[in-house]
Amino acid sequence: MTVGEIKEALNATVVHMSVPEHSEILCACATDLMSEVLYYTRNNSVLITGLTKQQAIRTAHIADIRVVVFTRGKEPDAQTLELSKEKGITLLITPYSMFTACGILYEKGLRCCPE
Amino acid sequence: MKEDLSKTIEGSFHIVGGDFIRAGEASTALKKQLIDLGIEEETIRKVSIATFEAEMNIIIYATAGIIRYTITPEEITIIAEDMGPGIEDIELAMQEGYSTAPDWVREMGWGAGMGLPNMKKNSDIFRIESVVGEGTTVEMVIRRKKDDHSRNSREA
Repeated sequence: MTVGEIKEALNATVVHMSVPEHSEILCACATDLMSEVLYYTRNNSVLITGLTKQQAIRTAHIADIRVVVFTRGKEPDAQTLELSKEKGITLLITPYSMFTACGILYEKGLRCCPE
Repeated sequence: MKEDLSKTIEGSFHIVGGDFIRAGEASTALKKQLIDLGIEEETIRKVSIATFEAEMNIIIYATAGIIRYTITPEEITIIAEDMGPGIEDIELAMQEGYSTAPDWVREMGWGAGMGLPNMKKNSDIFRIESVVGEGTTVEMVIRRKKDDHSRNSREA
């Protein structure tokens, strides 16, 4: 899926876009545990998380994840937004829960990063 | 200007325990330096993840610590040494999912019991020594895979 398709499918608000919308996303990781992100994700993946803190952005940056989706409409604080801009991480907010967001993306063909 | 990778490059970061605001800055700075040096992507990823986990462990558990790094043409070595509570049972601590992190750390997204296993997974050589009441030292060596594509052109 492309970043644009993920945005549309999740009815997401764009907080910060740092990659072209046609950028291809290969797989997804959905968790609030940052070590799981570091353990399982691959490059060019999307992180779906309810952890709307700076740590989610830092972790994404370290793991070469370019797109982070915050679930349940949770807004980032100013520091988190600033960090996402600084690190070039695209940040989206979906009104859906993590379960629903994952279900929608799975139905569209996106799969879990290899375990 | 790019640094000369034929020489050994060394550096260190001081980490303050409990400082979640700056958590990850040391690893981020090291990652940027590796990108600037033109180190291959897969090596950067391994070093960044291993260093980030080590940095978080110091922040979560220790009073303070220091992360030293050495970059040579063959390998990158990370040594994370902390003044902390130490680990009573290292074998148990190495098991995936085992954690002694308090709830407030878990609320920050950490303490899943994956930190040490993740450091080991990303290292070619992994050594850990710990003395209860004194602290823990982790040494990680990541050998460079020079046939990987360089990521010179990518941004930090």
